[in-house]
Amino acid sequence: MSPAALAWQQFRLERKLFWRSPSAAFFSFALPLVLLLLVASVYGGDAERLEILIPGIAGLSVMATTFNAMAFNLTFLREQGILKRLKGTPMPTTSYLAGFLGSAVANAFVQVLVVVAIGHLIYDVSWPRDWIALVVFTGAGVVAFGSLGIALSHVIPNFDSAAAYVNAIFLPVMFVSGVFYSSESLPPALEAAAEVLPLKHLVDGLGGAIVTGAGVQDNLGGLAVVALWAGAGAVLAVRGFRWE
Amino acid sequence: MASPAIEVSDLRKSYGPVEAVRGVSFSVQRGEVFGLLGPNGAGKTTTVEILEGYRRRSSGEARVLGSDPAAGERQLKQRVGIVLQAAGFYPRLTVHEAVSHVAKAYPDPRDPSETISMVGLADSADTRSNRLSGGQQRRLDLALALVGDPELVFLDEPTTGFDPAARRVAWDVVRTLRELGKTVLLTTHYLDEAQALADRVAIVKNGEIVAEGPPESLTPASAGYRVSYEAQGRRVEHQTDDPTDLLHRLTGDALARGERLQSLEVARPTLEEVYLELMDEDER
Repeated sequence: MSPAALAWQQFRLERKLFWRSPSAAFFSFALPLVLLLLVASVYGGDAERLEILIPGIAGLSVMATTFNAMAFNLTFLREQGILKRLKGTPMPTTSYLAGFLGSAVANAFVQVLVVVAIGHLIYDVSWPRDWIALVVFTGAGVVAFGSLGIALSHVIPNFDSAAAYVNAIFLPVMFVSGVFYSSESLPPALEAAAEVLPLKHLVDGLGGAIVTGAGVQDNLGGLAVVALWAGAGAVLAVRGFRWE
Repeated sequence: MASPAIEVSDLRKSYGPVEAVRGVSFSVQRGEVFGLLGPNGAGKTTTVEILEGYRRRSSGEARVLGSDPAAGERQLKQRVGIVLQAAGFYPRLTVHEAVSHVAKAYPDPRDPSETISMVGLADSADTRSNRLSGGQQRRLDLALALVGDPELVFLDEPTTGFDPAARRVAWDVVRTLRELGKTVLLTTHYLDEAQALADRVAIVKNGEIVAEGPPESLTPASAGYRVSYEAQGRRVEHQTDDPTDLLHRLTGDALARGERLQSLEVARPTLEEVYLELMDEDER
């Protein structure tokens, strides 16, 4: 089989594994949707706040399906010796990673679409006004959070502690990055922190794409921050990679 | 004659100041079952993992099927099957799904169902791997290593933790591999396993090979033959490299005294005795 065909086989396997793992499916797929429905019910029909919440949850979904999922999965695969076994087979590393990462990318895009659809159908938020910006920011977010998740897995000592490591980052980043409310309402120190982190800029970019129609060219600064994190994450992901 | 399946010369591996493998040399012919026998920590696994491509050697030469294992070539991996000491499975894949998936990476794999039957897992083919018993998981290890129909199979302590039935299956699989003309490098700390399976054995101790040869011929210089008999109610034992001469003297003396040597025995030391003696040398 060609490397591309093997990547496709790995992708299909990852899809199967994802849906067979209730906790993975819940934490990366259902949790953002549950948060969306809960917080939206608090906001009632307040259109202005819903227009912050929908792109916020879309950005959060990108992080959950890539950053959290990569850190959990790779720690598990490493600890179980599954990566080591894989390295002993003729499966090319690039094919494996393409299938493995491709599955996370698929999760991220599907989830963003689900959030957008819920936003429109239930909460009367408009369909995205700039689809290109939606795809560009989702794609940049996937690369940044995916590679950062891989990098984080290198420092997580074992699977038992993975949830602590992931949530120690995920929860604070979620609260400062304007997911549920505008980050401008935060104390200045937290707002400054959010400015250097990627999630706020991803949420802003998605907000432009979905709500205001601001395109990629209007959020180039934010895109640059996400891209910087993607570059740093990629270097750390590759450099610290361990098979066992 | 075909080049050896594995050729290792003066292989060394250091971890910081600790030298785990200290100048190991051996070669394994095609179709041969070669055993690395030694206690835990002797350097067997480090040696095998260098040959499998998992670790880089510090110095020395290693060729596996004519290639340098450190290069990690896909062409080499397609011809090699590996049973690791401890490697997990996707917990939510069934036996058949796991074996079929791995088979896809090889150019000319065995039939997955046939491979599963060969290792005695046919009844569990649709069981998810996290529901397999320990022994069944080791059988799955074997199936995953064999499904690519490799020329060379590495078995790193393939039966550690096996129940007796699973062990018997693993032994049968190794014998089947030999009948198929495959080359096998196995490590074990079980003597009987090395004796039962290996055409040749190298005994490894502290990162060095201390004895090498067919199991029945392994005789360290100090042991030789053992001649024993009973005299005045106690057992007298001599060790010699030349039992003919010793027996001649002992029996001649006894006859001259008009005695009989009671319960006279001439024995080659078993591999177990050789092994224990080699392992004990430090303490003597």
